[in-house]
Order: sequence, then C-alpha cells, then structure tokens
Amino acid sequence: MKAAREFFRKSGFASWLDPRTALTAAMLAALALVPVYAAAAGEPFALTLFTRIVIMAIAAVSLDLIMGFGGMVSFGHAAYLGIGGYVVGILWKVGIASGLVQWPAAIAISALFALVVGTLSLRTRGVYFIMITLAFAQMVYYVAQGLDRYGGDDGLTINQRSSFSGLIDLNNNTVFYYLCFAALIGSVYLVSRLVNSRFGLVIQGARSNERRMRAIGFPVFRYRVVAFVIAGALCGFAGALNANHTNFISPAIMFWTRSGDLMVMVILGGLATPFGPVIGAVVYLLLEEALSRVTEYSGLFLGPALLLVAIYLRGGIAGFFRKNTP
Amino acid sequence: MLYFIEQCLNGVQLGMLLFLLAAGLTLIFGIMDLVNLAHGSLYMLGAYFAATFAAVTDSFVLGAVLALVVTAAAGMVLEVVAIRPLYGRPHLDHVLGTFGLLLFFNELVRLIWGPAGMTLSLPSEMLNAVQILPGLYYPLYRLVIILVTLAVAALLYLVVMRTRLGMLIRAGASNREMVGALGINIKLLYTLVFGLGAALAGFAGLMQAPILTVQIGMGENILILAFVVIVIGGIGSIRGAFVAALIVGLIDTLGRAFLPDALRAVLSTNAALTLAPALSSMSIYVLMAAILVIRPEGLFPAASR
Repeated sequence: MKAAREFFRKSGFASWLDPRTALTAAMLAALALVPVYAAAAGEPFALTLFTRIVIMAIAAVSLDLIMGFGGMVSFGHAAYLGIGGYVVGILWKVGIASGLVQWPAAIAISALFALVVGTLSLRTRGVYFIMITLAFAQMVYYVAQGLDRYGGDDGLTINQRSSFSGLIDLNNNTVFYYLCFAALIGSVYLVSRLVNSRFGLVIQGARSNERRMRAIGFPVFRYRVVAFVIAGALCGFAGALNANHTNFISPAIMFWTRSGDLMVMVILGGLATPFGPVIGAVVYLLLEEALSRVTEYSGLFLGPALLLVAIYLRGGIAGFFRKNTP
Repeated sequence: MLYFIEQCLNGVQLGMLLFLLAAGLTLIFGIMDLVNLAHGSLYMLGAYFAATFAAVTDSFVLGAVLALVVTAAAGMVLEVVAIRPLYGRPHLDHVLGTFGLLLFFNELVRLIWGPAGMTLSLPSEMLNAVQILPGLYYPLYRLVIILVTLAVAALLYLVVMRTRLGMLIRAGASNREMVGALGINIKLLYTLVFGLGAALAGFAGLMQAPILTVQIGMGENILILAFVVIVIGGIGSIRGAFVAALIVGLIDTLGRAFLPDALRAVLSTNAALTLAPALSSMSIYVLMAAILVIRPEGLFPAASR
C-alpha cells in the first residue's frame, strides 16, 4: 500500500488529482465542449455567452499579470478593452477590414497607451496608483464619448468581422469561439511562462519587497513598465476580439465599473494563479447570467456574494482549493 | 464678467458638494484604511430618502432632516454588518467587497423605488433668484447650498479640531493601535466615523437632488470625482479635500462653460462643440494625473495634515 502511494506521488499523478488541477482540467474540458453542447442542445445563445466569457477571461488573465503577480493594482484596465475595440471599429469605418492590419494595430496602440500610462503612473504607489490608472481610463472614456464621427456616446456598430482573406472565417461562430479559446489558452501559457521566467521573478520580487530588489540592482521601474505594457497589449487584443464578437463598440465598455468587473474576476478567481482569473471570469459571468434568469434583481444576490467572498474566501476560489490540499 | 462670476459660483457649489462626499471618504480611508466604493451608494440613498420623506411629510426641510438621520443610521448598520470584517484586509478585498455592496444597493433601490427616477421639488420660496451683484441674478437654492455646505465644513472643522471625538478621530488616523491600547472603544469610534461619513454623503445627495434627478447609479460618477478630490488633496487630509474639491469643482464647471468658446477661436464651430464636452470632462483627470506625477502623494500629504 505504502509503495503504491509512493509510486502514485512520484509519478506526478497525484498533482493531477488535487482538487485545483482537477477543477481546472474539468473547466477547460467544459469550455472546449461548449460549441458541441450549443449545437446539440440547439442553444446558440450558450455559444454567445461563452464567447464573451472566454474573451473576458483573456482580459482578466492580462490584469492578473500586473495586479496579481506584479502587485500593480490597475483600476483602469477596461480602457484597453475599449482601445482595442475602437481600433477595430475605426479601421473598419475607414475601409480597412483586414484582421492582419486591425489586430496588430489594436495590440500596438494598446501597448503604446499602456507605455504612456505606465511610465507616468508607476511613479506613484498604493491607492494613488489605483486612482491614477482610473483617471487615465476615464480620460479615454470621455475621448470615446467625444468621437462623434465614430458614434460618440451611442457607440459604433461594426457591420463586418475582421477578415483574414479566406484564411479563417470569423463569421462562423464556432470557428470564432475556438479562436478565442485558443487565444485564452495561449494567454494563460504566455503569462505563466512569463511569471516563471527571470523577468517574472523580478516582477514578483518587487511586489514582495521593492526596496530590496532595487538594492540588488534591478531597475524595478523599467521591469514594471514592461509588464504593464504586456498586460495592456494583451487586454487590447481581448478588446479587438470583443469588438468582433459583439459587432459593436461604445464608451460604456470603458466605464469604471467595467474595470471593477475585471478586478472582481481576478480577485474572485484567485490572485497570482495561472488559471485563477479564468475561473473567476467563468464563475462571475455565469453567476450574473444565471441570476438574471432567475430574478430581475440579480445584483441583490451577486453583491452580497462578492462581499462574502471578500470576507471569507481569502485568495479567491483558487486559494480555497489550494488551502484544502496539504 | 458677470457670466464668469456666475460660473465661478456654480463651480464653488459643485466643489462644496464634492467636499461633503470627499470628507467622509477621506475620513474613512484615513482612519479605517478602507477603500469604500459603496460611498456613492450612501449619496444615492440620501437623495432617495429625502425625496420619499419630503413627499410623505410635505416639507423639504423635514424630509431632509429625516433623510439625514436615516442615512447615518443606515451607514452605521452597514458598517457593523458588512464593513467591519474588512478592516485590516488588503485593499483588493475592500474593492471586491464594496463593489459588491454597490451592486447590491443599486438593485435594492430599484426593488424599493422602481427603475424610474424620482424628483425632489423645492419649496416655492427657494425657486427665486436673488440679485447678488448689480445685474447678476443667482438661484437662491444654489446660494443656500454654498452657504449650508460651508457651515457644515466649518462645523466639521470644529468637531475634528476642537472636540474630544475629533481628537480621537485624529489620533485614530495617526496610530490606530495606540488609541485602542489607551482604552478607547475603537470599534465604536469606527462605527461613528462611518456614520458621520454616511451622513455627509447622504447630505450631499439630498442637497444635489433638486438640481439633478434622483436616479439609480447617480453615485457612481460623482464617487469617482470624490476619489479624484481626495487623491489630489492627499488621502486622509480634510483640509486637502477642501482645497482639492474647490479646485475640481471650479475647473470642471469653468471648463464646461468656457472651453467651447475658447476652442471655437482655433477650430471650426462643429469641431469645437463636439470636442469641448470631452475635453472639459477630461480636464480634471488630466489635472489629477499631472499633480500625481509631480507630487505622488497629493497636495497635502498625510504627514502634514
């Protein structure tokens, strides 16, 4: 018996059976099977809902890179969702529908914006950082409201999804879902590789003790700016996907409560865990959806649920499962 | 020139309301170290209570007083039930928890008062305009807002600087553990401070209610403005909040009033009309970003409060 257990542990099989990994695997399998279910059950709405969830999960993963691993609490992350979306929308409006132009542009402009915001706001700490990132997001929000040519406050309907000249057809919702799903897996992989690299260890070290990292000789500020830019670019990409998904972009996606939603997903799922933000996005958005089907007043239950998570579930859902495994 | 003075008065009026919100927010942050996103909900509750009680009692003043008391009580209950477990936790937990409270209150208000907004009408004698300078008429009610909020600010100053409660508040802000160790009932103090903050927020809401409509989510925009104020002023500093609230109120109002004309001088009329609202809404955030870049801890950092 003992030998069997020993073998079990050494084989690495045990780590696959701990609740957190099992949960993650089950969740990924379920996400992968959503289009199958939607087709079989004749519920195309499920596909729409889960496409949104997957896209928001990408945004949450990008936020976790700076907020969870880097300790940089950005309260303006939804700005990148908007920027990525507006780049797609505006390029479409001026006649450029090719995704090969739209998507890199969305990523590049988000990265550029993140560079400006990061360089200016990373001089501050704590709550001041939270507020200055919020301020920048509000600025973009108002700029978008002033873009009368592109819909202003009402938003812009984008009649056409990005085209990839026959390479891949985004108008097929199943294809689009799997593209988003692949992007999510790619993002999680990217972030987990990043945080375990030397770069990521510097970022995490600076979260724990910035002064010491500086004393060792790391230019902490520059590392942080780079992480901030990567997160912004990734979220801008999610924004481009989102605009393609909804065929619509409006300033509302950048309102501060949207940034709050993203933070809630990350905290709910578990800060600084590879799949935490994904779990958080799935649980939060599904809960929202389920409650709105049962009751007209979903916030009446969702709100207290968040409060209870904040009070009792330290480390979010992922943290809860980690605590139960010795 | 008269128009400029009128707009300045409007700016001061907005600034004073922001101060009411920001003072509570900065007290709660400075003393309990709590990021309270639900502060705007108390502002909303104040307005809804006032509209309801004014309709029931048929008196604006009576409705306002009742609303103030009930909002303060609601704040204290909220503190005991929901906020207390969050003390001493990471700020992110505060964000999560109070964001949940914000969702909760929005829905609660929708459940109780319905999705359509409410109106709070003024007593007829308040609707007049008074001549404050030759040729300059100004709505009496706005003048009342400025004077009453100034009085509240002065009262707050006296309470914080001249009373035993204020001394405890200041002591709590600089060293919580020591105040507790000296035998002060710190839990009660926190509840009182939260109630005070709630009363101030509710007061701001009910004063603003006759000018704007009372509606769900009315606290969300102004909450962010109040956060801007306390960040510019330096978190925990009431004096800073006062100065910053006036600055923000003036810049926001004057920007809205004069930017369109100023832009028209350099741009076409159409472009100016579309650009100006966006630019004036942005201006205070630009200001805040600029101030934080130069002074990362605000104008009146906590050390000098």
